Amino acid sequence: MIANHDALETKSGTTSDGIPLLEISNIHKAFPGVIALNDVKLTLKAGTVHALMGENGAGKSTLMKIIAGIYMPDKGEIRLKGVTVKMTKPLDAQIAGISMIHQELNLMSYMTVSENIWLGREPKSRLGFVDHEEMYRITQDLFDELHISVDPRAETQTLSVALRQMVEIAKAVSFHSDILIMDEPTSALTEPEVAHLFEIIRKLKNEGRGIIYITHKMNEIFEIADELSVFRDGQYIATCSSQEVSRDDIIKMMVGRDITDLFPKQIVPIGRTILKVSDLGLQGVFSGISFELHAGEILGLAGLVGSGRSNVAETIFGITPATSGTIEIDGKEVRISNCRQAMDHGMALLTEDRKDTGCFLGLDLLANMEAPVLSHRYVKIGFVETKRLYDDSLRMANRLRVKTPSLFETMLNLSGGNQQKVLIARWLLTEPKILILDEPTRGIDVGAKAEIHRLISELASQGAAILMISSEMPEILGMSDRIVVMHEGRATGILDRKDATQVAIMDLAAK
Amino acid sequence: MTMTTQLNTQSGIAGNRKFKLPPEVSIALVLLGIILVFELLGWIINDQSFIFNFDRIKIIILQMSVIGIIAIGVNIIIITGGIDLSSGSLVAVTAVVGASIAQASDFPMALFPSLTDLPWIYPLLLGTLIGLIAGIINGSLIAFTGIPPFIATLGMMVAARGFAKWYSGGMPVSGLTDSFAWLGSGANPVFIFLILAAVFHILLRYTRFGKFTYAIGSNRQAATVSGINVNRHLIIIYTIAGVLSGIAGVLTAARAVSGQSSMGNMYELDAIAAVVIGGTSLQGGLGRISGTVFGILILGVMMSGFTFIRIDSYYQEMVKGIIIVVAVVADQYRNKKRRA
Repeated sequence: MIANHDALETKSGTTSDGIPLLEISNIHKAFPGVIALNDVKLTLKAGTVHALMGENGAGKSTLMKIIAGIYMPDKGEIRLKGVTVKMTKPLDAQIAGISMIHQELNLMSYMTVSENIWLGREPKSRLGFVDHEEMYRITQDLFDELHISVDPRAETQTLSVALRQMVEIAKAVSFHSDILIMDEPTSALTEPEVAHLFEIIRKLKNEGRGIIYITHKMNEIFEIADELSVFRDGQYIATCSSQEVSRDDIIKMMVGRDITDLFPKQIVPIGRTILKVSDLGLQGVFSGISFELHAGEILGLAGLVGSGRSNVAETIFGITPATSGTIEIDGKEVRISNCRQAMDHGMALLTEDRKDTGCFLGLDLLANMEAPVLSHRYVKIGFVETKRLYDDSLRMANRLRVKTPSLFETMLNLSGGNQQKVLIARWLLTEPKILILDEPTRGIDVGAKAEIHRLISELASQGAAILMISSEMPEILGMSDRIVVMHEGRATGILDRKDATQVAIMDLAAK
Repeated sequence: MTMTTQLNTQSGIAGNRKFKLPPEVSIALVLLGIILVFELLGWIINDQSFIFNFDRIKIIILQMSVIGIIAIGVNIIIITGGIDLSSGSLVAVTAVVGASIAQASDFPMALFPSLTDLPWIYPLLLGTLIGLIAGIINGSLIAFTGIPPFIATLGMMVAARGFAKWYSGGMPVSGLTDSFAWLGSGANPVFIFLILAAVFHILLRYTRFGKFTYAIGSNRQAATVSGINVNRHLIIIYTIAGVLSGIAGVLTAARAVSGQSSMGNMYELDAIAAVVIGGTSLQGGLGRISGTVFGILILGVMMSGFTFIRIDSYYQEMVKGIIIVVAVVADQYRNKKRRA
């Protein structure tokens, strides 16, 4: 403990000599199939708050994980107070004076607040046992310093999400780190709590620490950040002082990209209303969602991750039945409380997470394709009409150009793009009239992407009504007839194809 | 076939199935290998054949058929990614309860003097019904409370054994009718086992019920999104396993012409072992009844073989334990290879 306080003393000294706390340059990081970061740099000065801005997938989280020692960069240099360091695990970063407050809360629910904060660093009595009284005392000191009113002896699970977030922050502060990384710390906080957090941040700033602050909320930038850096598609775009830029400048930097890929939505006459959602809500997740979906139409659903887009899809499909509002199909109000009912009404849902909620990875392609359709067809007195189902599945797989030696191949052995095609084939076999696609081209290569886009467009031209969720702006803009934009569980606007631009969408998505 | 070959010409996917050895072949080879080893040891140690002995084969098959019936249900449960520990105890319950209405009227200590001299079908039906109820309880606990199958069936295992002891007062239920004894005599248990194995093999391979079972075991969430009523399906599966344990229990009592609360001890573990040896993955989603039939035979041959070469029963149990672990390790290894 004493050593740590000494470190704090010397720390304040470094603020004056002009050497930045953290300097990273030329960072590259690739994952199979994607380049997450390409020649990225960042400079964090002591006593400042540095905001990171960018769309989903811009590379902010990857960069943070590299700074926190969770990932190792493929290339590039990290300098701490002028000294080049190499961090291979999170502990290295912690020792080097970097603390990260994760978006997901990482506290053990059945341990006390104090035990959580000092985990692995508990004060010991002379006999080597944990000195609980001392631990409660230093926790109280820490909380007093940060004006947090939580009982150090309280079990963590009894605290609200906001208070747990405060405990996480206190824990990060307790390491006396020079650098604190906060990944959307306000997402679970109410306004007074946010004010309290900002107070803590200002205090830390005045002590000479540097704070890296990730957020999607534009107004927070101007309130708390000194500088900001913008990233886009894994590239570093710019760094500027938050006093010098406007909200519009930032949005332009975030989205300003030419649409190089072509997304050919065929122009087809829009037909009658097939799905009508009125004032749909799911307690605590989203509310007041209303839109109409027509035959032949592709309705885009845009918004940042966590805005509730996928929840809306899951609610319409009955995975999490709605707690308010109505769903009408072909003009008739329907109640959908499970997926089977949604399927009975002609719906299909391609889920966002291929691995968790899509594929039967250990089974063959045929088993992957047949699961939903068996509820309605290809079954006589319980027995599967194997031949007919096989022939139709083969035809569908060929139509989607699935690349596989046979339908008896295990799903696991296919590439992501081919798996996705198999899952789309699964739902097309059910001949849906309403097709909900959640991130239909996530994590697949450009060729397969174009094929899937062509297919979606073709389905729409055949009269299917399509609701498409996507985080990729070009995809949303290129494919959609209309776009519903969501922000924090609410629909902030509906844009027509002719009015839709990246800036207009971001404006609604980051309100 | 003509149709698929036509399609084949216009696209990349082969229309007809490439010939692949069914997974049972490797298990059958293991069985053959084990038999050969004992045959060899038999001539060395005992100066006689191990396998060309009709009585020995009969005993192996008879002994294992009761566990085989249980293993069918356990196999289906393990395919869904679950486990059933209650089957051995359910054998005890249905053995004593079944036997209690299979007593002869000339037996002076009949538990229910008014229910004596009933034909064999009554105890069999009662045993099946008890198994069914226990299975519904297991399945409902797992589906609706969300507790792990391990815990739900562990509770049933302990409680059912207690029930069997209470019901029988710790005494054997004896003085059973000839009709009931007939049920367990000769090759009857073997026939029942083989018929049930065939029925459930077909059910798993060729029906919607079977397809949904594999889907649930492979990815429960994806199964839900595919419109499968997972909870209802799980209850049905645990109920099937309960019914099969009930049949096995009545057969055990009939074969011994006595119902005892100690019957079926550790049968659940033998059944799980047979299923795992037969190539069913404990991760769920993979496995066939035909594999389990071979697993049962391997287990039976090993136990009989050890007795044959006069290895002490303590060693037998130790070896059995090792076999189970080896089978699971082999499964993990196969999984890893598949994922690589």
